[in-house]
Amino acid sequence: MNPGKAGLVFHEPLLFELGGQNKRGVELPEMDLPIISDEELLGGNLRQSPNLPELSEPEVVRHFTRLSQWNYSLDGGFYPLGSCTMKYNPKMAEVAANLDGFAQAHPYAPHGSNQGLKRLLFELQNDLAEISGMDTVCLHPAAGSHGELLGLMLIRAYHNHRGDSARTQILIPDSAHGTNPSSASICHLDAITLPSGPDGLIDLNTLDQMMNEKIAGIMITNPNTCGLFEERIKEVCDLVHARGGLVYLDGANMNAMVGVTRPGDFGADVLHFNTHKTFATPHGGGGPGAGPVGVKAILEPFLPKPVLVERNGKVEWNNDRPRSIGKVRSFYGNVGVLIRAWTYIRSLGPKGLRQMTLNAVTNANYLKALLEDHFEVPFKQHRAMHEVLLTDKRQKENHVSTLDLAKGLIEAGYHPPTIYFPLVVEGAMLIEPTETESKETLDQFAQTLIELGKKGHDELAALPKTAAVGRVDEVLANRKPILRWEA
Amino acid sequence: MRRGLDQLRYFPNDSRSNQEMLDKIGVSQASDLFSAIPESLRLQGGLKIVEPKSEYALLKELKAKAADYPADLPSFLGAGAYRRFIPSAISALVSRAEFLTAYTPYQPEVSQGTLQAMFEFQSLLCELTGMEVANASMYEAGSAAAEAVMMAKRVNPKPNKVLLSAGLHPEYAETIKTYLSFGDYQIVTIPLLSSGQTDLELLEKELDQNALCSVLQVVNFYGVIEDQAAHGALLAKSKALNIAVLPEMTSLGLIQTPGQHGADIFVGEGQSLGLPLSYGGPYLGVFGCKKEYMRKMPGRLSGLSEDSRGNRAFCLTLSTREQHIRREKATSNICSNQALCALWVTIYLSLLGKEGLKDLARINMSKTRYALEQIRSQTKLKPRYTGRVYNEFCLELPCNATLWIDKLLHEGLMAGVDLARFGQTEGGILISVTELNSKAEIDLLVSKLGEL
Repeated sequence: MNPGKAGLVFHEPLLFELGGQNKRGVELPEMDLPIISDEELLGGNLRQSPNLPELSEPEVVRHFTRLSQWNYSLDGGFYPLGSCTMKYNPKMAEVAANLDGFAQAHPYAPHGSNQGLKRLLFELQNDLAEISGMDTVCLHPAAGSHGELLGLMLIRAYHNHRGDSARTQILIPDSAHGTNPSSASICHLDAITLPSGPDGLIDLNTLDQMMNEKIAGIMITNPNTCGLFEERIKEVCDLVHARGGLVYLDGANMNAMVGVTRPGDFGADVLHFNTHKTFATPHGGGGPGAGPVGVKAILEPFLPKPVLVERNGKVEWNNDRPRSIGKVRSFYGNVGVLIRAWTYIRSLGPKGLRQMTLNAVTNANYLKALLEDHFEVPFKQHRAMHEVLLTDKRQKENHVSTLDLAKGLIEAGYHPPTIYFPLVVEGAMLIEPTETESKETLDQFAQTLIELGKKGHDELAALPKTAAVGRVDEVLANRKPILRWEA
Repeated sequence: MRRGLDQLRYFPNDSRSNQEMLDKIGVSQASDLFSAIPESLRLQGGLKIVEPKSEYALLKELKAKAADYPADLPSFLGAGAYRRFIPSAISALVSRAEFLTAYTPYQPEVSQGTLQAMFEFQSLLCELTGMEVANASMYEAGSAAAEAVMMAKRVNPKPNKVLLSAGLHPEYAETIKTYLSFGDYQIVTIPLLSSGQTDLELLEKELDQNALCSVLQVVNFYGVIEDQAAHGALLAKSKALNIAVLPEMTSLGLIQTPGQHGADIFVGEGQSLGLPLSYGGPYLGVFGCKKEYMRKMPGRLSGLSEDSRGNRAFCLTLSTREQHIRREKATSNICSNQALCALWVTIYLSLLGKEGLKDLARINMSKTRYALEQIRSQTKLKPRYTGRVYNEFCLELPCNATLWIDKLLHEGLMAGVDLARFGQTEGGILISVTELNSKAEIDLLVSKLGEL
C-alpha cells in the first residue's frame, strides 16, 4: 500500500517494488488445443524465467495512472516550447487512427484488401505535396530526423548518379537544430558550419565564398530557429543551385508558412515535415512522430521502395524502382500517425490551414509585444514569425538566468519554453505559443514571466517547490549511470 | 453550416480577441505580419486541397475507408508484424492526455511520469533480453538494426565486413544495406542450411580480421529458431561483434536470451509485444547492448538520480551522446523516438507478468506445432525447412502463392504472406499462428491447403 502523501501528491514505487506473486493482469484467449511441454517444444535449452513483475489489472492501472499524474501535458496547460509546435491535438484524430480497419490492418495483407487506407495515404501524400509546393512526397520516415537522413541520402544519390561524387560536404547554418549536422554524419557527409550574418539570417557573401564543388547542398530551416523568415531565401537557393548544390529545407517550422508561402516555390529540392508539429499529431512523451519527405521531380527516382501509385483508379504499391536508394525502415511509415495528420488537414481545409498559420504568427507577435519591454529581444529589427526569441541578458545583471526563469515558470504552473537554444545567442528562451492558445493564456503567461524576471536569484534557485520532485541532479545521473532496476 | 474562419473549433481566439492582439502588435491585419516574405514568394490563390468536412462527415468517410479492410477474417499473416490479443487496460492508459500530449521529458520536475515509465521499460527489456542496458526506443527494428551495425563500427573502427544471415527479415537487410551504402562497408550474406538455420561453418570462414559484425535473427524470418549458443561461441573467438535481432519478442518467454549467448548488441521489434498492426507502424525499435558499450549506443536513456530534497528522481542521462548536445559527433541523429509505443509495451509486459509471458509463448508454439502436424498428415505439402520453429513456418505451394492467397481472401481467410513480395520464387508462403487462431481456423486453413 502506498497512500497519497497529501492530496494529489503520490509516492509511487517502481513496478518491480510493487511485489506480488502468481498474479497476472491479463487473461489470454481460450486455449482449445493441448499445451505441449516446454521440454518437448524446445528439446532442453530452456531459459530462466524473465524477472517480470506479477500484478493484477487494477494494480497496473493504478500504477500508470499515478505516473501519468506526475506529467505536465498539453491538454493540462500551456506548453510554449519553441521549435516544437505543441499545439492542441484534436480528439477525433485518435478515434480515426483506432478504427478497426486501420489499427488491425496487416502490412502484408493481400493486395486487394485495403484500398481505403492506401487511398488515404495517397491523398495525404498529394495534400502534403500541394502544401509544400513539391512534386511528390514519401511517407516512410518515422520522425523528422529520419526524414532529414532520407533527404540527405537522396541528395547524395542524385550527385552520385550524375558522377558528381566528390560532393561530400553539406553547409549547415550555425542556428540549425542538432539533428541537421548529426543526420549529415550518419549519411557520411561532412557538416560545414555556415555562420549567420549580423542580422541573424544567412549572409549571401559568406555563402558565396563557401560554395564550391565539394558542397552537396545546404540544409536550411525556414523560418530559422531565431523565429525569423530568411528574407533572401530565393537568392540563397538560386546561388546554391548555380554552383551545383541542392537545397534541403528543414520543415520544423512549417507552422509559419502553411497556406502563405511554399518551400517548393522558393527553391527547396527536398524537405521534411514533422506531423507532430505542423499537423497536430500527439507527441506522446517523445514520439512516435512521422517525417514525410517532399521532393522535386529530379529526386523522385531515388525515393525508397515501395512508392504509392494510382493505376486504373486503384492505389497500389510499386516496387519496380531501379534507381531507388532501397529502404530506410521496414514497411511503409508510421501509418497510425499519418492517419491523424490526414484527419487534421481534412478537418481544416485550405482556408482553415491558412488561418492556422495566421493565428500562430499573431499569437507569437502578440507575446513579443507584451514581453519586448522587459526582456532582451535579439534581431529586434525583424518581424517574428510563429515563435519569439528572448534572452536573459537584462536579468543576468541581477544574476537571474534563463534556467532560473524556466524553473520559476514550472512553479507557476507552466511548462517552460525551449531554453539555451538556438546556440547563436546566449541564454536563449525560444517561445512558441501556437494558434491553439487563447489571448487570456498569453496575457497570464507574459505577466508571470515579467514578474519572475524581477525576482532575485536566491528566490528562484529554490524553485520548483511544489512540483512532484525538486531540481534533479543530472550530474549525478551522468557520473554514476543507473539505467535499470536491479534487486 | 460551417462557421467563419475565426470560429474554427481548434482556435480559441474570436475575431475581437484577434483584433485586440493585432492592435497591440501595431498592424491592422494578420497578413501584414508576413512582410518578411517577399511578395513574389507568397502563395496566390490558396491551397488546392479539398474543402473541409465536419467532424461527423469526416468520421463517416474515415469509417468507410477503414471498412475496406476485413479486420474480422481469420488471419495467418506474420512476417515481422504479429497479431496479438491486446488487453483493454493498455489503450485506456496510453490514451491519458498526461502521457499522450506531453513532450520529450527534458524538464524532469514536470515529467517524472514519462521518465519513470521509461526507466521501467529499460529495466523490463533488460530482464527480457538478458542485455545489461536498453535504451528508451528506436523507430522500428529495420532502422535500429542499421544503427546497430553503425554502432559496431564505432566500437571497432577498422574492419568493414558486415555478415548478414540470410534468415534476417528481408526488409531489415535492405534497410541495413541502404544505410551502409553511403559509407565504406562490404556486405556478405550467409546462407541457410536445409534446417533453415544459418550456415555457421560458412560464417566461421568469413570471421577474419576484417569482420566487423555478424547479424543473426534469433528466430529467423522463416520462423526457425537459430542456434544462438553455437553462434555465440563462434563470435567469442572473433573480434567481430555479435548482433542479435528478434522481431517476435514473445518468443523470449521460452527461448534463451541473446544476452546469455554473448550478444554485444540486441535489436528487437516491440510490435510483437502487444502493439496494434497499424499497417506497419508506429512500431517500436528495441535496442540493448553490453554495459561497456553504453556510451556508444544511440537513443535516449532515463537514469535514476535524486532531487534537491534527497528523494529518488529520474532524468534523461548520458545526453552527451545525443544530437542536441554533440551535433555531428552524436552517436545517432534520432530525436523523436517511439516513446508512447514503449509505454504501451511496458504496460503490456506488466499485465502479462512472468508466467503470463511464458504461457503466451507456450500457446503460440503449441498451436503452431499442431498446424504443422496437421499439414504433414492431411496435405501433400512439406515445410521448406526442417528446423524447430516458434510461431511461423514456410511452405512451398505447387502454385502461384499470390494468386492462391487472393483466392482464399475471397473465401474468407487471410492465409499467409507470399514470399514473392521479397523477390523470391512464386510458390513460397509464410504462415504465422498466434494465440488468436482457434483450432477451427487452423483446421480450415489445413483443409484449404489439402486441396492443393
